Amino acid sequence: VSATLTNADVAGYAVRLGDDALVLSQRLASWCSKAPEIEEDLALANIVLDLLGQARTLLSYAGEREGRGRDEDALAYLRQEHEFANVLLVELDNGDFAVTIARQLLFSTYQLALYERLVESTDETLAGVAGKAVKEVAYHRDHATLWTLRLGDGTDVSRARMQAALERVWPYAGELFDADELSARVSAAGVGVDPAGLRPGWDAYVDRVIGEATLARPQTDWHPSGGRRGVHTEGFGYLIAELQHLQRTFPGASW
Amino acid sequence: VVSAPAELERLREIVAAVPDPEIPVLTIEDLGVLRDLTGSADEGVIVTITPTYSGCPAMDVIRADVLGALRAQGVERAQVKTVLSPAWSSDWISDEGRRKLREYGIAPPARPCGASPVTQLTQLSVCCPRCGSFETREVSRFGSTACKAHHVCNACHEPFDYFKPL
Repeated sequence: VSATLTNADVAGYAVRLGDDALVLSQRLASWCSKAPEIEEDLALANIVLDLLGQARTLLSYAGEREGRGRDEDALAYLRQEHEFANVLLVELDNGDFAVTIARQLLFSTYQLALYERLVESTDETLAGVAGKAVKEVAYHRDHATLWTLRLGDGTDVSRARMQAALERVWPYAGELFDADELSARVSAAGVGVDPAGLRPGWDAYVDRVIGEATLARPQTDWHPSGGRRGVHTEGFGYLIAELQHLQRTFPGASW
Repeated sequence: VVSAPAELERLREIVAAVPDPEIPVLTIEDLGVLRDLTGSADEGVIVTITPTYSGCPAMDVIRADVLGALRAQGVERAQVKTVLSPAWSSDWISDEGRRKLREYGIAPPARPCGASPVTQLTQLSVCCPRCGSFETREVSRFGSTACKAHHVCNACHEPFDYFKPL
């Protein structure tokens, strides 16, 4: 079935999935020691580890299929900003805790639905990553859901901030479901998942949580995108600079 | 020769006894992390392991410890392969492993985990590994390592780790 796909297609698709996980893990890691309570330091750091583990396998595999001798480190530390293919949502500033939780709710709901389907991939490695990650991400979505309920259906202040947080990140959710030529090719071959097909299930879950949390679904037509093509937000350059600083300064440094 | 069945069985027992670096009362066999050990004249010994969580930081240490244990037996030609599939489940922890966990002060995971680990985490009361009371409550669903949640016992008031269903 996948005979119509090139190695570059599979590598490009694995990079998208891997970059989403890598960039979100880098963003979330900066909460460590600064979260509202120590349990949240631990919770977010644990989520970071899961995402980083997924990213390592996905980027290693991308390097292998690409066939240019790049490993996971070369892809994470030595690519330029415009070569990253993550969605804009995962690179947004952490904001306050509510913004981080809103981003977690939108992203983990998407990622769980994605992995639930990717388990069926005809590509053994991608199916393996998904099969491993699907239960981890179920915990991530649960974490974001519980906090959305507590903050939304909490005090006047927490409710206002949770609503403002949803308004902040909401427009960026649209890009998660954008299809393009690559996503069409990999999903037609049974290797990848059609992102547009994930939208109805995502809407149903997120709407239910928002409703239970006494929040309102943001109304907006703004649909920022570009991450999959390497066009990123201003904050992304700073994120990459920090992520890559050590390897750029001391090439080849290892522990 | 390392490919002889009796020798492979002996080496498997050696490797099976390697402790988990984060929960040292458990061996990698108790945990279900050790999947296979094979050997051939061409490739030497091949040990297959699987991570509990995608990002489990203990895997590098386990890999090194497995190679070290084999080296101590004079086996120099060995490699450790990591596989993701089939995905590890907390259901794979042996009965012996569950007993050791409880004695160590960690509540073993509810089982079977099934397809919905979060539901398992929330629906069953967890037994305090110190006093045996079921009057316990969750403090945080994410604990000291990726595989554990943080609980406290209402009866004896001691905090404890709960190995999460996965």
